[in-house]
Amino acid sequence: MKILVPVKRVVDANVKIRVKSDGSGVETANLKLSMNPFDEIAVEEAVRLKEAGIASEVVAVSIGDTGCQETLRAAMAVGADAAIHVEADTATQPLAVAKLLQAIVAKEQPQLVICGKQAIDDDANQVGQMLAALLDWPQATFASRVQIAGGEATVTREIDGGLETLAMPLPAVISTDLRLNEPRYASLPNIMKAKKKPLATVSPAELDVDIAPRLKVVSVDEPSVRQAGKLVSDVAELVGMLRNEAKVI
Amino acid sequence: MSVRDYMEYDVVIVGGGPSGLASAIRLKQLANGAGRELSVCLLEKSSEIGAHILSGAVFEPKALTELIPDWKEKGAPLNTPAVDDHFLYLTETESIKLPTPPQMRNHGNYIISLGNLCRWLAEQAEALGVEIYPGFAAAEVLYDETGAVKGVATGNVGTGKHGEKEGEPGMELWAKQTIFAEGCRGSLTKTLFERFELRKDSDPQTYGIGIKELWEVPAEQHSAGRITHTVGWPVDTATYGGSFMYHLENNQVVVGFVVGLDYQNPWLSPFEEFQRFKTHPAIKKTLEGGRRISYGARALSEGGIQSLPKLTFLGGVLIGDTAGFLNVPKIKGSHAAIKSGSLAAEAVFELLMSDGDGREAVSYPIRFKQSWLYDELWRVRNIRPSFRWGLWPAMIYGALDTFLFRGRAPWTLRHKHADHETLEDASMCAKIVYPKPDGKLSFDRLSSVFLSNTNHSEDQPAHLRLKDKGVPIEVNLARYGAPETRYCPAGVYEIVGEVEAPRLQINAQNCVHCKTCDIKDPTQNINWVTPEGGGGPNYPNM
Ligand SMILES: Cc1cc2nc3c(=O)[nH]c(=O)nc-3n(C[C@H](O)[C@H](O)[C@H](O)COP(=O)(O)OP(=O)(O)OC[C@H]3O[C@@H](n4cnc5c(N)ncnc54)[C@H](O)[C@@H]3O)c2cc1C
Ligand code: SF4
Repeated sequence: MKILVPVKRVVDANVKIRVKSDGSGVETANLKLSMNPFDEIAVEEAVRLKEAGIASEVVAVSIGDTGCQETLRAAMAVGADAAIHVEADTATQPLAVAKLLQAIVAKEQPQLVICGKQAIDDDANQVGQMLAALLDWPQATFASRVQIAGGEATVTREIDGGLETLAMPLPAVISTDLRLNEPRYASLPNIMKAKKKPLATVSPAELDVDIAPRLKVVSVDEPSVRQAGKLVSDVAELVGMLRNEAKVI
Repeated sequence: MSVRDYMEYDVVIVGGGPSGLASAIRLKQLANGAGRELSVCLLEKSSEIGAHILSGAVFEPKALTELIPDWKEKGAPLNTPAVDDHFLYLTETESIKLPTPPQMRNHGNYIISLGNLCRWLAEQAEALGVEIYPGFAAAEVLYDETGAVKGVATGNVGTGKHGEKEGEPGMELWAKQTIFAEGCRGSLTKTLFERFELRKDSDPQTYGIGIKELWEVPAEQHSAGRITHTVGWPVDTATYGGSFMYHLENNQVVVGFVVGLDYQNPWLSPFEEFQRFKTHPAIKKTLEGGRRISYGARALSEGGIQSLPKLTFLGGVLIGDTAGFLNVPKIKGSHAAIKSGSLAAEAVFELLMSDGDGREAVSYPIRFKQSWLYDELWRVRNIRPSFRWGLWPAMIYGALDTFLFRGRAPWTLRHKHADHETLEDASMCAKIVYPKPDGKLSFDRLSSVFLSNTNHSEDQPAHLRLKDKGVPIEVNLARYGAPETRYCPAGVYEIVGEVEAPRLQINAQNCVHCKTCDIKDPTQNINWVTPEGGGGPNYPNM
C-alpha cells in the first residue's frame, strides 16, 4: 500500500510573525520556514505504518516555490521514500491545493492520504476535507490513533470532551491531530541519504489544474495589545479605578 | 547508544558564516578549475544558514568581488549603497558632530544584512557542489593517532536533561583538512588554542559585545544609505563603547551598541546602556513611532593583528573571526572573514593537491602576509589599544597615528590583559542606576529575547557548563555582585532563592549564542559548549 503525505512549508513555529505595515498579509521575507508541525506528524505516522509492514511506500508532496524542495528533503530524511514538488509561485488557496492533490492521487494511486489537520500559517483546516470530497473517499479528521487492517482504517479522533472511533474502508483521507505521535529527529546520516532519494517536479498546468485564487484577503490585523497591569495600594483606589477608568462598575 | 556513523570528506568546514562559506566556494572554484574531485562539507549549528548571523553591517565588497566578480548579476543582496556618514559625540542631551575618521568613511560600501548575504553565499556554494548541513553543531574535535586533527563529530541528541535517555548518537565527519570558521570565540577553536598552543606568541584576544535591534520606522524618518556612529553618552569616557545606526531598504533601520569587554565596573550592563542610549534625542528622532522587529547580540574580536593566533596546525586551519580577523576602527570583519577564508582555501587546496604527506597548510600565513588584509590590519593596530587611556586621548592618538604616521608608527601598542581579568571588586565601584524601560524605545530583557526567536529543546543538558558549582555565589556574587546577570544580554543568569541562601539559576533556553559569558566570567568558570543542533536564535535579516 502506498501512502501519500502532503506537506506544507510554513513560517517556523518558533518564529514570531508580524503583520506587514500595509495590512496586506503577514511578513514572511527572511523568516525561517519549516514543515508544518501537523504535517510532520502525518509523515511520522506514514513512516511508522511502513516500518510496521503495513505500507510499502511513502510519498511526500509539497506545493509552492523551490524552497519546498527543502521541506520535501526533510520528509525524506525521516523516512519518506520519494517526493513530488508541485511548482507554484503564487500562494495557493485550499481548494486549488485539494485539486492539485486530487490530480496527484490519480497519478500515484495511493490507498491512503495522511495530511495535517491544518497549517499553522492560515489555520484553514480545509484541504483534507475538500480532498476527500473531490475523491469521494471516506475521511477521518483530527486523528489521535490510526490502525489499518484488512483494507479498513480504524481511526480514533479527538472531539469535544471525549474520543470517537470511526471505521472506514480504504482508500481514505486521514488528518492528524497533535497527540497522534511524536515525530522523530532527522539524523545527519539520514539527511545525507535523503539527498539521493528521488524528487520529481511537476507544474499545475501539467496536472491541468487552475490555481488562480478565488478568495481575496481584505485586511490582516495584529491582535490588539494587552494593556499593562497597574498596582493599586488599597481597595478604595481599586474601586475608584474600576469606576472611573475601566468604567465597569 | 549505538555507535557513531562516519563519513569521509576531503575538507570539512565548521561554521556557515561569511568566512566558512567563502572558503567552501573558493575550494570548489579551485577544484572545478583544475578538474579535480574535492568533497567539501560544511556544518552550521543554526537551524538554517544565516539564523545565527548578527552583524552591523556596513559591508566592504572588495573581498567578495575577488571571490565572485559577477556578484551583482548573480543577485547578491547588496541593495543599499552607503550614502552619508555621520559621526557624533553624545552628551546626555546634546550631540556634537565630529569629523568622520578616515577608517569610518564608507563611500563604495553597502549597508546589508550579513545573514542574508550568507544565505546567498550558501546558494552559490551548493551550486558548486558543497554539501551544507545546517542544524548540526560540531561538538567535538577528532584527532588521529599522530595527534593531527582528523575531523569533527556532531553531538548526541535526545539524551534528556541529565543524560538519562538513550537518544541518537552524533556523527563523525572525517577530513584531510578541517577549517574552523566558528566566528568570534569559537567553542572548538578554544580547545585547539590549548592543544596546539596557538596563542603562545600573540597578545591576549580582547572582545566587545554588540547588541543590536532591527526597526521599521515611519517613512519620513528613514533615509536609505545613512550611516551614523556615536561615541560618548551613555558610557563614561573610561569605557570603550559606541553605537551604530544604519538605514537599510524598506524603511528598516538597524541600531546597535558595542561595549568593550575590558570594562572594569561590574555594575555596568551593556544591555541597559543600549536601551537608554535609544532614548537620546539624536537617536529617538529616527526610532520614535517605529516598531522593533528583531533583537540579538554577538561578541566580536577586537584584539587586531597583535592578537592573531598561529593560524595553522596539523590537520586544520582557523579563519574569520574565530582567529580574530577584524578591523576594529572600521568595525568591519566580514570582508576580512571572506578574505581569510579565501586565502586559507587556496593554501588548503595547494596542500591537498601536492604529492607530499604534509598535514599543515603552511602557505596560508604566508599568503595572508602578502595580502591587502595584512596591510590593512597592520596599519590600524594601535587604535583600539590606545583606548585604555580613555576616549579623548585615544581620539587624539588615533588622529596622530592615522594622519601623521599613516599607520606606520614605529611601535605597536600591546594588549596586556584578557577581558576576564579586568573587573574590579563591586564594592570599589559606583553602582549604576538605569532607568526603567518605557516599552516604546527601551525594553526589558525578556521582551527583547522573545524577538530573537531563540529556542532550545528542553530535553538536553544545559550548554552553559560551570567548572565549579560554588564559584557563582562564593566569587562572582560575593566579590563582583554577580556580573553575569548584567552582561548576559538574554537574561540567562539569575540569582534566585532566599537572601541567606542565594543560588545561580541558568535559563539556558534563552541563550542567543553571543559568547559573552565565556569571555567575561572573571574566573573563566563558565564554559559555553554547543547545544543540540538547530538550537539558538532564529534571526531574520540580522
Ligand atoms: C554588532 C556587530 C556589528 C558588526 N558590524 C560589522 C559591519 O558593519 N561590517 C562588517 O564588515 N563587519 C561587522 N561585524 C563583524 C562581522 O560580523 C564578523 O567579522 C563576521 O561575521 C565574521 O565572520 P565569521 O564567518 O568569521 O563568523 P560568524 O559570522 O560569527 O559565523 C560563524 C558561524 O559559525 C557557526 N558556528 C559556530 N560554532 C559552530 C560549531 N561548533 N558548529 C557548527 N557551527 C558553528 C555560527 O552559528 C555562525 O553561523 C560586526 C559584528 C558585530 C557583532
Ligand atoms: S548565556 Fe552567555 S552566550 Fe548565551 S546569551 Fe548569555 S552571555 Fe551570551
